[in-house]
Amino acid sequence: MSVLLQLSDVQVRYGAIAALKGVTVEIGAGEIVALLGANGAGKTTTLRTISGQLHPHEGRIFFEGRRIDGLPAHEVVGLGIGHSPEGRRIFPRMSVLENLQMGAYRFGRARKDDLDRVFALFPRLLERRTQDGGTLSGGEQQMLAIGRALMSRPTVLLLDEPSMGLAPLLVQQIFDIIREINEQGTTVLLVEQNAVQALSIAHRGYVLETGSIVMSDAASSLLVDPRVRAAYLGEGAA
Amino acid sequence: MSAIRDSEAIRPPQSAGGGRSAWQRLRRNNNARKLVACIIGALVAAVITGPSGSVSHPTAGFTGALFHPRVIVFLVLGVLLWLAMVGRETLSENIKTVTAPISMARTRWLGDPKVRYSLYAALLIFAIIYPRSLSSFWQGVLVDQIGVYVLLAIGLNVVVGFAGLLDLGYIAFYAIGAYSCAYWTGALPIKPVFHLNPFVSIVFAVAAAMIAGVILGAPTLRLRGDYLAIVTLGFGEIITIYANNLQSVTGGAGGTNVVPHLSVNLLGLKYHWKLDSLPYYYLLLVFVVAILVMFRALENSRVGRAWTAIREDEVAAEASGVNTFKYKLLAFAMGASTSGFAGVLFASKVQTLYPSSFALTESILILVLVIFGGMGSLPGAVLGAAVLQWLPQFLRGKINQADLFLYLGALLIIMMIFRPQGIWPSRRRARELAMAEAGLTEADAVSGPTAGEVQ
Repeated sequence: MSVLLQLSDVQVRYGAIAALKGVTVEIGAGEIVALLGANGAGKTTTLRTISGQLHPHEGRIFFEGRRIDGLPAHEVVGLGIGHSPEGRRIFPRMSVLENLQMGAYRFGRARKDDLDRVFALFPRLLERRTQDGGTLSGGEQQMLAIGRALMSRPTVLLLDEPSMGLAPLLVQQIFDIIREINEQGTTVLLVEQNAVQALSIAHRGYVLETGSIVMSDAASSLLVDPRVRAAYLGEGAA
Repeated sequence: MSAIRDSEAIRPPQSAGGGRSAWQRLRRNNNARKLVACIIGALVAAVITGPSGSVSHPTAGFTGALFHPRVIVFLVLGVLLWLAMVGRETLSENIKTVTAPISMARTRWLGDPKVRYSLYAALLIFAIIYPRSLSSFWQGVLVDQIGVYVLLAIGLNVVVGFAGLLDLGYIAFYAIGAYSCAYWTGALPIKPVFHLNPFVSIVFAVAAAMIAGVILGAPTLRLRGDYLAIVTLGFGEIITIYANNLQSVTGGAGGTNVVPHLSVNLLGLKYHWKLDSLPYYYLLLVFVVAILVMFRALENSRVGRAWTAIREDEVAAEASGVNTFKYKLLAFAMGASTSGFAGVLFASKVQTLYPSSFALTESILILVLVIFGGMGSLPGAVLGAAVLQWLPQFLRGKINQADLFLYLGALLIIMMIFRPQGIWPSRRRARELAMAEAGLTEADAVSGPTAGEVQ
């Protein structure tokens, strides 16, 4: 398995506060990798750093063998890294279709087969394509956010808390779709607080704690690791 | 929504029993409180617009205003305002039923390009013919007060309306354009490197304004929302203060020397603009139409989509591959150059520049024109500037000039209550406000990202 995306000893600071204290992560082509951790552990910061919205203070990021840290966000998208940001951040006053077209901004206009693919994954979006993004339900907005990221035809899809604020049934549905996207050939880096769900579809997982990676293993091993279960699955006392 | 609340408020509280006095109930009644506020407002307005006092009769202002039949007019107006407020919901429903066929017809007709273009052509012909029949005073107003401000409003509309960047120092670029024109035509105390015909100076002045826009924008466009507004506010002040205090460069508060009128002598085409306003009007008309066509094309292009995305959610725009910095800077530079261009025309029309023409209030005025017309809408910017700049001239002589802003303020407040989207809103903007009313999103265009927080 070839390494597609690699973070080596990445440090990020917000002013004097160190948010990431040397994070090293490797993501192989075709994998689903889960990045777990509590609030404030640095999960979102990691994704934002990969997609160029933040720049590391130290360390390097490689994508397909090319160094990408320091590139501006819009160029990173152009390389094939799609980011569905935390809190969905769809364009509330654009229609569903316009939102998806914005996702394809790097190509100038949306390609028909990309739209067809997104609508096949999320038939609800097809029904609502003329509706304003802001009038969608939370789950539909999440679908739109993922769909929009897919429109840039990414090699790696960064998903920031796709299950946040969704009903359990919908969470299951979203995770099934993420697995499907992965089976279609897109590598996925998944940030989640919902550790059980994330690990159940991921191949491997990393655990972040206050800006450092404290554990990394196969997803199935993490799922049964007593420390993980204590810290993130609410089982027993640590 | 408020009507429901109000009607509940009218009902006496049942739990109170006999324990609460009539006075207390009245005080808790929303509508009664609104009535009191309206009456007090009417009385204040009566005093403000009434006669002024003097040293010998210090209370003459009050007695003359309050013990005079005209106070009745104000009270009636106050009660009418109250009725409008209380009946707002039903009123706007009624207005909607009346105007629904009209707006439906509007969308159907304007949706048809043939109808739309003939309408534009008719408007253009009207704009060409009508001013000929006006007195020279109104022709002057049409250029100095309306035409130049239409241009300014169109430019600011790109910055605020399209890209959602709140620029409170917009007048600075207008000043830079005007003073650049004065510099190149030799009207400033410092002499230019070489003299230019004012028409040629347009190129240099617009370039200067654009460069100023980029210089201000490059470091500050990384800021968001309120911060950008404060920085631009400061920039506007800096330019005005320079114009005032750099006596040896700008002529200071005493004004510049005479800026010559425009003249063309190019490829056999020879024309001299003179004191007459009409030729200036036609020149402005040509440029306004050209700029409108250009901005309309931009709005519907990839650039326009990028601006919309930035206005809606900057982070999401960035994540979608939009070079947000580039497009924000582009909006800023386009606004600045339009403003600078308006400055040149203004300079050569009025011929002498004073720093007071470039005060902070002017920046705010232009923003008001854009909001009044309908933010993000090009026809709205034109209409807003035309109406709000025409009105003070129309009221001249009809009211005490000192009270002008009282009336304009009242008009703006009423407008913001009943039609916050402006006279001619852009379709998207109208949707934004409708959604904000329904509690789905925030209404302000010029704030930072909102989409993340709203559900």
